[in-house]
Amino acid sequence: MKREIVIAGFGGQGVLSMGKTLAYAGLLQGKEVTWMPAYGPEQRGGTANVTVIVSDDPISSPLLQKYDIVVVLNQPSMDKFESKVKPGGVLIYDPNGMTRRPERKDIRVFEVPATKTAEEAGQQKVFNMFVLGGLLKIDQVVENDFVMLGLKKSLPERHHNLLPANEAALIKGGEIVKEIK
Amino acid sequence: MTREEIIKPENLVYGKTKVLTDNIMHYCPGCSHGVIHKIIAEVIEEMGIQDQTVGVAPVGCSVFAYNYIDVDFQEAAHGRAPALATAIKRLMPDKYVFTYQGDGDLAAIGTAETVHACNRGENIVIFFVNNGIYGMTGGQMAPTTLEGMKTATCPYGRNTDLYGFPLRISELLERVDGTCYITRQSVHKVANILKAKKAIRKAFENSMAGKGTSVIEFVSACNTGWKMNPIKANEWMEEHMFAKYPLGDIKDTEKKHYVENNINAR
Amino acid sequence: MEEARLMKGNEAFAHAAIRCGADGYFGYPITPQSEVMETLQVLKPWETTGMVVLQAESEVSAINMVYAGASCGKMVLTSSSSPGVSLKQEGVSYIAAGELPCLILNCMRGGPGLGTIQPSQADYFQSVKGGGHGDYHMIVLAPCSVQEMADFPSLAFELAFKYRNPVLMLTDGVVGQMMEKVVLPEPKPRRTMEEIVKQCPWATTGRMGRGSSNVMTTLELVPEKMEDRNTLLQEKYRLIEENEVRVEEYHLDDAEYAMVAFGSTARICKSACEMLRAEGIKVGVLRPITLFPFPKKQISDLAKKVKGFLTVEMSAGQMVEDVRLNVNGAKPVAFYGRQGGMIPSAEEIAESFKAQLLKK
Repeated sequence: MKREIVIAGFGGQGVLSMGKTLAYAGLLQGKEVTWMPAYGPEQRGGTANVTVIVSDDPISSPLLQKYDIVVVLNQPSMDKFESKVKPGGVLIYDPNGMTRRPERKDIRVFEVPATKTAEEAGQQKVFNMFVLGGLLKIDQVVENDFVMLGLKKSLPERHHNLLPANEAALIKGGEIVKEIK
Repeated sequence: MTREEIIKPENLVYGKTKVLTDNIMHYCPGCSHGVIHKIIAEVIEEMGIQDQTVGVAPVGCSVFAYNYIDVDFQEAAHGRAPALATAIKRLMPDKYVFTYQGDGDLAAIGTAETVHACNRGENIVIFFVNNGIYGMTGGQMAPTTLEGMKTATCPYGRNTDLYGFPLRISELLERVDGTCYITRQSVHKVANILKAKKAIRKAFENSMAGKGTSVIEFVSACNTGWKMNPIKANEWMEEHMFAKYPLGDIKDTEKKHYVENNINAR
Repeated sequence: MEEARLMKGNEAFAHAAIRCGADGYFGYPITPQSEVMETLQVLKPWETTGMVVLQAESEVSAINMVYAGASCGKMVLTSSSSPGVSLKQEGVSYIAAGELPCLILNCMRGGPGLGTIQPSQADYFQSVKGGGHGDYHMIVLAPCSVQEMADFPSLAFELAFKYRNPVLMLTDGVVGQMMEKVVLPEPKPRRTMEEIVKQCPWATTGRMGRGSSNVMTTLELVPEKMEDRNTLLQEKYRLIEENEVRVEEYHLDDAEYAMVAFGSTARICKSACEMLRAEGIKVGVLRPITLFPFPKKQISDLAKKVKGFLTVEMSAGQMVEDVRLNVNGAKPVAFYGRQGGMIPSAEEIAESFKAQLLKK
C-alpha cells in the first residue's frame, strides 16, 4: 500500500497540522511516512500545502508531480492541484468559498462541507479534523484509532481535554463527505 | 667582586615575571605594547592564574602576543577576538579569558563582535590598545585617527567630512548595559603604569565574579607610525590623544556615584 | 531502543547534536534551517547535558565561536543556510588551517545572492573545492533523510576528531523541512575536561599544570614552514580519501545505466529509476554520501560496467564535473539540473534520461 497525498489551502486552515496528524498516525501504524511542506512566507498568507506519503515500503522521493489523493480547501488550491490528481484518483474539496467546481471526469470527486459543519457545531478549532475524517472515510489510509493515538501522544497533557472534540470531528467528517457525480 | 657574586638572590632588585617568555619582542623601540604585555603578565603571575587563563590575540601589531605572554592562546581572525573569547568563557566558565586588540581590530573590522560581546555581558576582559593608527600594515588611518592627523591613507590629514570622526569606542561601550567596568589608561609614565596594573587586576577579578565585561583602553604611542622619536611621540600623545581620549574610569558599576550619575544622565 | 518519532530534518539534527555529547552550538537564524536553534532552545540542553547554546550576532561571529570552542578541544557546531555559510567561509579556512574538529550544517537554498529560500544544491563547489581561501578540504557528508540527519552528527564528530578536520553536513531545504520517521541515537554523555585534555593535548584549555602553553594559530610567516604545513594537510586529505569514502548503491547490480546524485535529489532519482525499470530499462543510482572524499574509484569502476551516466543536481551542474573527471571519457555523462529553488521531478529526470542517453 502506498498513498501519495497533497493537502492545500489557506495558511491558518491547519493544512500542515492535518498532514502531520495523518503522517504521525501512519508512523504509529508501522508505516513509512514523509511530510513535505511548501515552506516559506506563504505559510502565513496565500496558499499552504503539504505532501504526505504513507507507504508500506521505504519512500524514495518525498516530492511528487501527481497524487492519489488531493485535498483542496480554497479556490487557488483547486486551480493549482486539480490537474495533479492521478487518473482514477481522488479529489476532496470543501465547497466553502469555492467559485468553481472541479471539471475533471477521470477522477472521483468528493465534497466535505467542513467549514459549514464546524461553524454550526461551534468547533472551528478542529476544522481540519472534519476534513481528515472525510478523507479517511473515502480511503482508510490510516485507521482512526491511530489518528487519535497520535493526537494523544503529540498534544501536551493540558490539552487532552480537546481530544473528544477532535474524535467527534473525525467521525462527523466521515458522515458529511459525499461523492459528487 | 666577580659577576657570579653579584648575581645572587639577595642582590635582586628587579625580576622579569615568568609569565613573560624569553622571546625577543618584535615591537619597535618606544612602542607601548611591550609595557602593556609586561603588566598583564605580572598581574597574571600575582594572581596565580597562569594555568587558568586563555588569551585571544588579534590581527595587528600584537598578532604575536602569544609569543610573549606565556598562557594558552588563540589567534583570532581580524576583529573576531570577542567572539572567540565569548565561546571560550561560555564553554569553560572557570577560566580567565581576555582579548588583546588594537584599534583597527576592535573599533573597525570587529565593532560588531565588540559591541555584542559587551552587550551580552560576557565575563571576559578586553584589552584595547588605541594608538590612533594601523601599525602593522604601515600606518594607515584607523577609526581612532585624530582629526587632521596624517597617515598613509589620509596623507593630507584626516578630513572628518570624508572619513568621519575619531571613534571613542569606550564611551560608546559605556552605554552598553553588559559592561561593568570601562577605564582608559596609559603606560607612558611609572604612575600611569601602576594605575593601569590595578585596573587590569580589577578587570580579571570582575570577570571571575561574573559582573560582566570589563574593557581597558590603553592610549598608546606609535612613534614609528606617527613618524616621531619615542619621547616626542609620548609628548604628542599627552597633548593630542589625551585631549580626545581623556584618561580615567568611564564606567564602574560597583561605584555608587557612577550608577547615580548614570541614571541621572538618562 | 528509542521509539520512532516524526520530526523535521532540522529538528532531528538538533536532537542528535545534544545526544552525541556536543559541548556547544553557536548559530544565527536563517531560513530554511532556523528550526535547529529553535529546537535547541526549547530542549534547554544546558540544564541536562550542560551543552551551551548561543545565538550570535552574525554568522561570522558564530563560526568564530566554533573556531574558539574547537580550539579548546570542545565538541562544537553551527548551522546555517547558503548566504550565511558564505559569510562563514573565512572562519572555515581558519578552522581547516588550525586542524580543528567541528561540525557545520549547511541547509542549502537557491542562490546566488539573497536568492530564494527554496532548496538547492548549488553550494557543492563551495563545499568540496574550498569556499574560503587557501588549499584545504572539509569532510563533506550529504544526508538524504531525516534519519541520516539524526545519525550523521555522531559520525561527523567521530571523523572530525579522528582527522582533526572540520566536517560539513551538506543538505538542503527538502531534508531540513521534511518530516519523516526517525529513531534518535542513544544519548552519549559529554566528555569530561580530563577526557578532553587526554584526547586533545593540543587544546587551549588553560595550561592546567601542563608546564607549557598551547597556542592555536594559523599564522606562519616563514614560507618554508608554511609549505610544510600545507604538505601535511594534503597528506591528511589523501588519507581521508583512502579511508572514508561512503556511497549508497541502489539497483546497480544489474544496471546498464547509472544515475549519480546526492542528498534529496538522489531520492528523486530513485523514484525516476523505479519508473524507468517499470519500462524495462535497467537503471541504478549511485549516491555519494561523502562528497569529500569523492567516490572516485566507485565512479571509475562503474564506468567499466554501465553504458552511460546521468548526473542530477539542483544546480547548473557542479558535481557532474567530478563525475566526468572520474569517468574520464570512458562513457557518456549527461546532466539534468534545476536551479534557483526548483526541484526536479522524477518524471522530468526519467524523460531527460531517455532523451539524453537513449536518444528517445
